[in-house]
This record gives sequence, C-alpha cells and structure tokens, in this order.
Amino acid sequence: MRLLDGTGEFTAEVVASQEGQFRFFAAPGTWTVRALSRSGNGQAELTADGPGVHRAEIAVA
Amino acid sequence: MSRQDVLVTADWAEKNLGTDGVVFLEVDEDTTAYDGGHLPGAVKINWTTELQDPVRRDIVNKEQFEQLLSAKGVGNDDTVVLYGGNNNWFAAYAYWQFKLYGHADVKLLDGGRKKWELDGRTLTGDVADRPATSYTAKDADNSIRAFRDEVVAAIGTKNLVDVRSPDEFSGKILAPAHLPQEQSQRPGHVPGAINIPWSKAANEDGTFKSDDDLAKLYGEEGFDGSKATIAYCRIGERSSHTWVVLHELLGHADVKNYDGSWTEYGSLIGVPIELGAPAKAGADVRSA
Repeated sequence: MRLLDGTGEFTAEVVASQEGQFRFFAAPGTWTVRALSRSGNGQAELTADGPGVHRAEIAVA
Repeated sequence: MSRQDVLVTADWAEKNLGTDGVVFLEVDEDTTAYDGGHLPGAVKINWTTELQDPVRRDIVNKEQFEQLLSAKGVGNDDTVVLYGGNNNWFAAYAYWQFKLYGHADVKLLDGGRKKWELDGRTLTGDVADRPATSYTAKDADNSIRAFRDEVVAAIGTKNLVDVRSPDEFSGKILAPAHLPQEQSQRPGHVPGAINIPWSKAANEDGTFKSDDDLAKLYGEEGFDGSKATIAYCRIGERSSHTWVVLHELLGHADVKNYDGSWTEYGSLIGVPIELGAPAKAGADVRSA
C-alpha cells in the first residue's frame, strides 16, 4: 500500500495484512492510497479533514 | 561499476538461495517484517539496534561492524545480498555501511521485499542459523561519508541533493507526514540544495529506474555531474538510496552520504537555512 500526497508525491508505504487491511497515520489533507498486488493494482482518493479514522476501500484488478 | 556489480534480480536471488558463499541479509524499516516471513536462508539485521551505536548518535564503528558480521555468520569472502521493505531504504543504508567498511562483494536485491512479494516468491518463517565467523573490516572510508562541517562548506560549491519530499524540503513539515515531527529544531533545507526526492529514482515495484532514466532525471533537476556531491535526507537512509544511484549506478566519483542529515543540520546553532520550494519553481525563498 502506498500513500501519495496531494501532488502525487510518495509519502509512505506499508504491507497490508493477510485480510487486506492497512493503516497510515497522516495529517489532514487530500491523499491517494494506492494498492499494488499480484492480482492487479488500484487506488482511491481520500480527504482527511480532521482527527479520526478515515476509511478507504480499494478494488484491485 | 556497472549495474550488474551493484544489483541482483529476484530471479538471480531465487536461483542462489542456499548457494555457498552467498549470504542474504534483510534490513527493514519495519523491524518486525522479517519475523513474518523472509527469503529462505536470509538473516535479519535490525537497523535500529545493529547498524547504529546504542548510545551515541552514530553508525556502528569498525569494531562493532566486525562483531555484527561475525555474529551473523558473514565471512569476508562472502557475496552479501541486502534487501528490505519500503523500496530498500534501509537495505541501501546497510549497503552504504558495507561499502564504508570495505566489504568486497555486496549487492542489493533490486526491488527488495516488495518485488519479491509481488512476484509471489517463497517466504519462510524459519530463522537461518549460520555459524559465527571472524570478520575483519577495513578502516572507514570517509570519502563516501559527509559530516556537518563539510555540508556547511559545500554550500555554493558542491551539489547538495536533498532527497526528502517537497514538503520537507520547503519547511512545511519536519519529517515524512506519517512520522513524528519532533526530529529537528528547525524546518527547511541547506541553502542552494536541489530537491530530488529519492522516490523519483524508483519504479513503483521498488526496482531502480534504468540508468538512462536516472541520468535524465538528475540532469533535468539541476544536478551538475562535474561537481562533488553530498546527499542528505532526514536520518540518512533515503539519501543512502540516492547515494547508490549516484555513486554506484551512475558512477559519479565523489558522492557522499550525509547520515547526520536534516535531523542534525536542522538542530545546529547558527548554520544557514533556506525555506520554500526550489528556487527554479519561483516560490518564495527566505534564508537566515
């Protein structure tokens, strides 16, 4: 899983769990969460406007 | 030095798991990654406790490096293949230290753990047990390591390559957005530094871009190949990745990694600091 900032710049990368779950700690802003996998790639845009957990579901194909 | 001297492919690595004289060492930003599965036969190195002095802020010294490699079962004649997660950040940091202490044959697994896992190659939880050796390191080669006074002296004379993200470079943030922000006392960058984030040198699967693409990238971003170079980031690991690119892949002769990096520079009394985006972008630049 890759976290890209509002300009598309790399910010962080983590490996998802076996169940496909992941978590990034990030400041408020607009982010792209991108998934790479053996079955394909996918991404979602996410706006974090304050503290808390912000969820994104990403399909890979 | 050619790319083949520096990098091995995942195919090569898979064929050489278990080959006598080839030792795979995993170094991850997430120091628990190895424990969840690793290349068969690979040995773990914890960068936080084994590549740094446990008390002072410094990399391990020659004697500590010798003790580490002896305990890990690495011989002087072994081919060492380093790999890790997060695009080989800390594997590159280890690679730079292996070069600093003169290991004869050290390589990086191109793409590291990410490429290996995306390829669906085998990982194991079995911990390798290598018999201890009596490793002898060379004196530190400080021609590839920069210290703070050299960085200050390099302002306006050498390429200073800041490989952090644009927001760290400009001073908007002190560390990557997902990390604690208290590392240095002041934000910004070394005056005159050019900002070429390490990530621009890597493909999405973690492999290095081609030599042609890398040369084009640095040329377009204002890197002057006729000058000596110092690369820095926050703590010296991302700049190790760039050091591998500039010194090992592109063959620039005088390239140093400043492992003190912004965590040190941004806490020094009295040194000049510049704020703002790269000057060529036309942004507001203030220095003090």
